[in-house]
Amino acid sequence: MHRSKKRLTGVAAVSIAALALSACAESERSGDTGGGDGGGTFVFGAAGDPGSLDPAFATDGETFRVTRQMFEGLLEPGEGSAEPQPGLAESYEASEDGLTYTFQLKEGVKFHDGTDFNAEAVCFNFDRWYNWEGLAQSPAVSGYWQDVFGGFASTPDVSNIFKSCSAEDELTAVIELTRVTGRFPAALTLSSFAMSSPTALEEYAADELGGSDEAPTLSSYALEHPTGTGPFMLDNWDLSNGEVTLVRFDDYHGEKAGVEKLIFRTIPEGNTRKQELEAGEIDGYDLVAPGDIADLEDGGFNVLTRPAFNILYLGINQGASAQIPPDAGINPALADVRVRQAIAHAIDREAIVNSLLPDGAQVATQFMPDTVSGYSTDVTTYDYDPAAAQALLEEAGAVGTTLKFYYPTEVSRPYMPDPGAIFEVISQNLTDAGFVIEPIALVWNPEYLDAVSSGLADIHLLGWTGDYDDAYNFIGTFFDAKAEGESKLDWGGFVNEDLFTQFAAADAEPDPDVREGLYQDLNNDIMDFLPGVPISHSPPALVVAENVDGLVPSPLTAEDFSTVVFTD
Amino acid sequence: MLRFIVRRLLQLIPILFGLSVLLFVWLRALPGGPARALLGERATAESIAAVTESLGLNDSLLVQYGRFLQRLFQFNLGVSTQTGRPVTTEFFERFPGTVELTAAALIFAIVVGIPLGYLAARRHGGILDSASVMASLLGVTVPVFFLAYLLRFVFAVELGWLPGSGRQDVRIDGTHPTGFYVLDGLLTREFDASWDAVLHLILPGLALGTIPLAIIVRITRASVLDVVNEDFVRTAESKGLATSTIRRRHILRNAMLPVATTIGLQTGLLLSGAVLTETVFAFGGVGSFIKDAIQQRDYAVLQGFILLLAIVFVLVNLLVDISYGLLDPRVRVR
Repeated sequence: MHRSKKRLTGVAAVSIAALALSACAESERSGDTGGGDGGGTFVFGAAGDPGSLDPAFATDGETFRVTRQMFEGLLEPGEGSAEPQPGLAESYEASEDGLTYTFQLKEGVKFHDGTDFNAEAVCFNFDRWYNWEGLAQSPAVSGYWQDVFGGFASTPDVSNIFKSCSAEDELTAVIELTRVTGRFPAALTLSSFAMSSPTALEEYAADELGGSDEAPTLSSYALEHPTGTGPFMLDNWDLSNGEVTLVRFDDYHGEKAGVEKLIFRTIPEGNTRKQELEAGEIDGYDLVAPGDIADLEDGGFNVLTRPAFNILYLGINQGASAQIPPDAGINPALADVRVRQAIAHAIDREAIVNSLLPDGAQVATQFMPDTVSGYSTDVTTYDYDPAAAQALLEEAGAVGTTLKFYYPTEVSRPYMPDPGAIFEVISQNLTDAGFVIEPIALVWNPEYLDAVSSGLADIHLLGWTGDYDDAYNFIGTFFDAKAEGESKLDWGGFVNEDLFTQFAAADAEPDPDVREGLYQDLNNDIMDFLPGVPISHSPPALVVAENVDGLVPSPLTAEDFSTVVFTD
Repeated sequence: MLRFIVRRLLQLIPILFGLSVLLFVWLRALPGGPARALLGERATAESIAAVTESLGLNDSLLVQYGRFLQRLFQFNLGVSTQTGRPVTTEFFERFPGTVELTAAALIFAIVVGIPLGYLAARRHGGILDSASVMASLLGVTVPVFFLAYLLRFVFAVELGWLPGSGRQDVRIDGTHPTGFYVLDGLLTREFDASWDAVLHLILPGLALGTIPLAIIVRITRASVLDVVNEDFVRTAESKGLATSTIRRRHILRNAMLPVATTIGLQTGLLLSGAVLTETVFAFGGVGSFIKDAIQQRDYAVLQGFILLLAIVFVLVNLLVDISYGLLDPRVRVR
């Protein structure tokens, strides 16, 4: 008995000693802020891992967050805006026919490996993209090239807007297009079109996507040697621990980064990110839940709200797409515009914006935010009016119409922080107006996205965050024709030749002012045709610790971390 | 003994074959596919079709399975569609983390569980006994993720004593020759790094160890209660052996057989991936990666990881069987 007491005392002593030691270690763990004199390590909590460190082979925001710190494009999004600004090109000039763009490049710029940045490097990059072959042509790999430029040198049957790139002199690059598109040059602000060092691309075989034929393996360039001109360069990418460590590039051509080291740590779980910030383990994180904002602000953290550059909408399936399975049972009533108008009038979008979305969210009148050129102030609007909804439904003889309403679970998107709650409100609104709702909840990816894009839903919740400052990137993505003259988005299930013709004309218009008018007309027509109901534009937020300054929130989530400094 | 080990290892072959067929069919029966998961909400019908084709998923199941087997015989488990790296690389980079976490959870469960179960049995019907039964019931029923948040809130956020996520402070530039961070720090004489890795194991180890702890307490208690009433204990007492000798050599040692079986099974389970704990603590092990792989329909990773984990599970249980012989000389494995 005596002995076991002694043992217990021993165990207790060891436990106390361990806790005391851990408390000491805590002071070591508190952040390295460099004493507020331009140094230190900034640790940012991301929700997911980057897919690759070669931005040309990436299509996702988590990758671009990292690559934007290491790479720069000819054009860059403006600070805190989506508007294209000079990047590695000091200026550019478009020919009158809109087919030739001449870029004047910055002087004295070097890649991280010491290679000079010049017109030849620009053309090396464009030629690289255009000449991709094999696995590199997979949409999962080179999605943005295909979205913006179309096909490749080896796919002449695919429409393609890139013609050539030539180096007129050391600092003048000329890019020729096969046809005019409003997407160019705004799309050059995408991180996918950032400039890589030609030397490093060749040395580390960037385009050799090896591995089995079932899945491409990343090149050594994408894993270990991404080489751009940006303010940070890669130190280490620890995939198994979800950590990317970047260090300051001391030969950067612009203002040097405010911190010596920048670490992106993947913490998938939102609550864990919040607790890690509160515990001082990280200095900031993204995808702040709207419900946490007040708590974080009370705790002294700086919540940075991005300008809303997204759209949440209720998709309506008109059932006219050939891809929709015949047994999907899409309600034919949705082909009647009065029924779609009834849905629009039934939804209390003000209530959603006021109670379920963060401060600064707005009711959407059309499928793009007002900062994008082509936004129309003359669209038909659909105020919350249950009586009007009921009247329209009666007029269409569709009272009691059953709608399969799909909504996603286990997901929070920048435009849709809590899909379940939004579904509840809309579902109740539609029931009040005389619809019968059949709710179908599915896990976001791939189940939900798959079901919705297969045309199984009568109505569903989805949204979009803009990639760059162009109307087509919003409404063209949703409503332009596919090659067969069918709506591009599979859920849309409609054919509207008039809209498709207008899209072709607007995208091919070289004069920006004329193009703006064409997109305004398109927005007006879309809101009359009502292929879906735009709900809201919601400003997503990120948060940093109290002692962090200089981070400017970007509507494109294209934050530049080189401006970050610690204030103590 | 050797024959026993060889026989058990040979039994692995049909197990793995059956498992691979089941997995193959099950994974492909899931709705959605890797193409959709890879492309996300920006996917179009064309891009999904193109990616599905490039992943070889348009071939018949039999052809796909044949390709999988062919690779398997070359010790090639394929490439992760999530990361573009070989499945074996992904596994062996993450497995050490899971082993460390399992070890931490088991050390906690064993060091606390066996004495507690033993004491509860010795004080059968007393307050300590009732308390340990209640506590172990609570341990089994409290959801791991709830406990994880609670532990982190108290010890990481409020008290600031322990780190709340990850395997090591990201600001430490540790070198990792083996991938076992605690060991790496000792090998490279970076003792700070080693200590930091130990600290990072405490909270997830506690969260993960709660269920095994509760089970070990209950099994130990029941087993000791069985053994104390055995004839040989009465004989030992009547022989006048010292109480401590009877407890250590006769009661505890004999009571340990079912406990060893339990520990073995729990080790296998914990090594198979503590999905929730690893996710909540952003702990880079196999569990969190398997969770991502399920979401991403990363067939190669799921097939490869589950097969490798099945091998681990069988090996751990083999070790447990061998340990029986050490605990009880009457048991000889053949």
